[in-house]
Amino acid sequence: MSRLPRALHPGAWWLWALGLATAASRTTNPLLLALIIAVAGLVVASRRGDAPWAFAFKFYLWAGLVVALSRVLFRVLFGGGDTGHVILWLPEIPLPGSFAGIHLLGPVSAEYLLAGLYDGLRLAAMLICVGAANALADPKRMLKAVPGALYEVGTAVVVALSVAPQLVESVLRVRRARRLRGGRQRGLRALRGIAMPVLVDALDRSLALAAAMDSRGYGRGTGATRPVRLATGTLLVAGLLGICVGVYGLLDGTSPGWLGLPMLLLGLLVAGFGLPLAGRRVRRSVYRPDPWRLTETLVAASGLLPAAVLVLTARVDPGNLYPALDPLGWPGLPLGATLAVLVALLPAWLAPPPVSVLSPARAVAA
Amino acid sequence: MTADTTGGPGGGGMTGGTTGAAGGMYGGVIGFEAVTVTYEDAAAPVLRDFSLAVEEGELCLVAGRTGVGKSTVLGAINGLVPHFTGGRLAGRVTVAGLDTRTAPPRELAHVVGVVGQDPLAGFVTDTVEDELAYTMEQLAVPPAAMRKRVEETLDLLGIAELRRRPLRTLSGGQQQRVAIGAALTAHPAVLVLDEPTSALDPTAAEDVLAAITRLVHDLGTTVVIAEHRLERVVQYADRLVLLTGSGAAVSGPPAEVLVDSPVAPPVVELGRLAGWSPLPLSVRDARRRAAPLRSTLADAVPAEPVPVPARSDPTGGPVLTARAVVVRYGPVLAVREVDLDLPAGEVVALMGRNGSGKSSLLWALQGTGTRHSGSVSVGGVDPAQVPPHRARGHVGLVPQTPSDLLYLDTVGAECAQADLESEAVPGHCRALLDQLVPDVPDDHHPRDLSEGQRLALVLAIQLAAAPAVVLLDEPTRGLDYPGKARLRQLVRALAAEGRAVVLATHDVEFAAAAADRVVVMAEGEVIADGRTADVLVASPAFAPQVAKVLAPQPWLTVDQVAQALTGVRA
Repeated sequence: MSRLPRALHPGAWWLWALGLATAASRTTNPLLLALIIAVAGLVVASRRGDAPWAFAFKFYLWAGLVVALSRVLFRVLFGGGDTGHVILWLPEIPLPGSFAGIHLLGPVSAEYLLAGLYDGLRLAAMLICVGAANALADPKRMLKAVPGALYEVGTAVVVALSVAPQLVESVLRVRRARRLRGGRQRGLRALRGIAMPVLVDALDRSLALAAAMDSRGYGRGTGATRPVRLATGTLLVAGLLGICVGVYGLLDGTSPGWLGLPMLLLGLLVAGFGLPLAGRRVRRSVYRPDPWRLTETLVAASGLLPAAVLVLTARVDPGNLYPALDPLGWPGLPLGATLAVLVALLPAWLAPPPVSVLSPARAVAA
Repeated sequence: MTADTTGGPGGGGMTGGTTGAAGGMYGGVIGFEAVTVTYEDAAAPVLRDFSLAVEEGELCLVAGRTGVGKSTVLGAINGLVPHFTGGRLAGRVTVAGLDTRTAPPRELAHVVGVVGQDPLAGFVTDTVEDELAYTMEQLAVPPAAMRKRVEETLDLLGIAELRRRPLRTLSGGQQQRVAIGAALTAHPAVLVLDEPTSALDPTAAEDVLAAITRLVHDLGTTVVIAEHRLERVVQYADRLVLLTGSGAAVSGPPAEVLVDSPVAPPVVELGRLAGWSPLPLSVRDARRRAAPLRSTLADAVPAEPVPVPARSDPTGGPVLTARAVVVRYGPVLAVREVDLDLPAGEVVALMGRNGSGKSSLLWALQGTGTRHSGSVSVGGVDPAQVPPHRARGHVGLVPQTPSDLLYLDTVGAECAQADLESEAVPGHCRALLDQLVPDVPDDHHPRDLSEGQRLALVLAIQLAAAPAVVLLDEPTRGLDYPGKARLRQLVRALAAEGRAVVLATHDVEFAAAAADRVVVMAEGEVIADGRTADVLVASPAFAPQVAKVLAPQPWLTVDQVAQALTGVRA
């Protein structure tokens, strides 16, 4: 296996991360969830590059913390945990009128708090897994790997992503310029003073971009008949919807079984018909496509394995995955699930080191 | 116009043009045959009966005053006019045998590469390598060939170090070179550039022009380029197409066309003045002929570019005093402890490469921009400590994109709003505008004005508050030579009224003609501050053409030489 620095196929990282997220979705065991977060963090720390998006991981960590804590806070705020070991006595405030029946605060039991914490931790772990994928793989390179049929959608997304920072820049510039004129208006009039130049600026830019794209051959030779376009469009949209629903079904353990894997496969099948059909009318090539090698397969598999193990365990023997809170006790660590999650740590060594954005010949020191 | 009767070039199977008697005339890689372009809602055509043949391997420079149709000519080459812009094009435009009537711009992408004025606006991807590959991807060039061409182009333009960098983090000159590279990778027969150096400092402009001339000389690419600053490009051009404004054009070797052109670089004007024929186009040409002129001028003393104004008045101390001004953006130090005194009636040119802190300093002086430490005082008032509408009564700033200040529908409404904002009598701003540029109709939309008129409108709005200090950030952008001459008079008039004026500019010729004093910045520090002649004559990057031709004598402008010559002859 080649150890030369290169960018791993973004699809491999996403499969790995989604697998880990699926595993996280099948357990509320805090030890297991902490292990999953640690695994994701370790792999990110050892295999992320020095590009701007790679530093977004810490925002996901913060977001995860906020999610977990707010879950606990809401439990305290809306009370209702008076069974079990009550550890906090807060005054109960019943809501009047149409909110009758709901009361704020009240006694809080340890069981009730812990259940909230476990649940929040599960959400946080899933969020952090997605964050890991974002930090490890350039989100825009992912678009490059999409089939030719989705190329136009991909271009629209890339353009839209680059418009947002430009718009912010434009607003800041015009706001600053407004102050040069005094700018004492408030409310709608002030808004107009900023919105007009910004919109005019945005319009000018999009016209310039459209002209540039036209001059550079965007949309060359796509002569497809209307029925063909309609058929491919329908197949693609239906297929993508199927894939989305399938992924949702897999991640959400409580949804009916047919919503998960079968839906995903069906979506893939429909899209599988649509993609080549649509791809036929797109004549273009891809610069430096990311190859899919053995390493990619191994990385993807190391993420999918814990998913498979935890999904199966949850079905067969969910005991240790959802630790009981009654009686209150230290959760056990299921051996099989733990080993499976640890497998997801392998990419920290398996994956080739990333390439530096700033000095292309060098690898990023891990 | 029945253009179908005239023939097209012989090559290319797609035109189906019949080779008529006139066919031989249009043998070039680019052919305009009796082209007339009329935009919607326009009273008169932009181009009228315009014919042009550009031969393979030529560097063709399109020049003329603002608004004569330079961009129209450039856009017509790859069919953006009229396919993208709308309007009506009569006659025929062919490129490498393809007729733009049947081929829209995207179908010409392999023949014509286009580089726009603002490279950032035309970037589709976000890293250098992807941008270089974009056109090839659209053309379905095989991956192996793409890889090779990207590497070659990176080397050709000297941007190999930048290959993975995000485009937004590059400097203006680097972005422009990437944009040229992105057009080149498709191996087009024709490269079209619209004012490629207008936003660049002199050194970055040299880099870009060096890259372009290398393409012409080494690869035989045909290049069509529009440029306001002829002094930068004309020496490299094989053909000059001068649009006269009536819809017609003169085309020929630059030295011939420039004999009576309304737009001409200083070196040509010097040549006209000294009666040299053929006219010199480069500093080198002129210098080789200038020995007699230098000996004629040996005893003459250059007049001050303008009569020494009120600054010799002993009672007038500096209007603005800045001490140890520091501006910092995060970890980046933009301005490092700058001291500056601006006396009344003096015009100061602030120069330095892109990113040297010129704009940051101007904004800090005005009080709206950030200032980390240091002090600014205008008549005892710190403009940063008073509310914005008071600050503009002390210091007025016209930013780099003046249109940011405009948001109303008509010129009249903007002027009325400015009177309200400045608590001036109604009609004050309009009167100022009429002094600056007469004949700007009240009912026009500010966006429909020319660059020069729009600049004047924003300047009038800022002057309505009667500031003692006027700061102009890159005011010459998009102005032609007559426009710059007018701006120079305007700036001098402001100084004569006793205001202090600062111009941040890359335009050395403009600075030489308009400024009393030049301040040069580098990395946020002032590295030179002195009389215009003292600072500019000695500098290799910032010396105006006349100074280079007549060195070591300290002449800056053609006007100075003309004045001295009349003195000598009289």
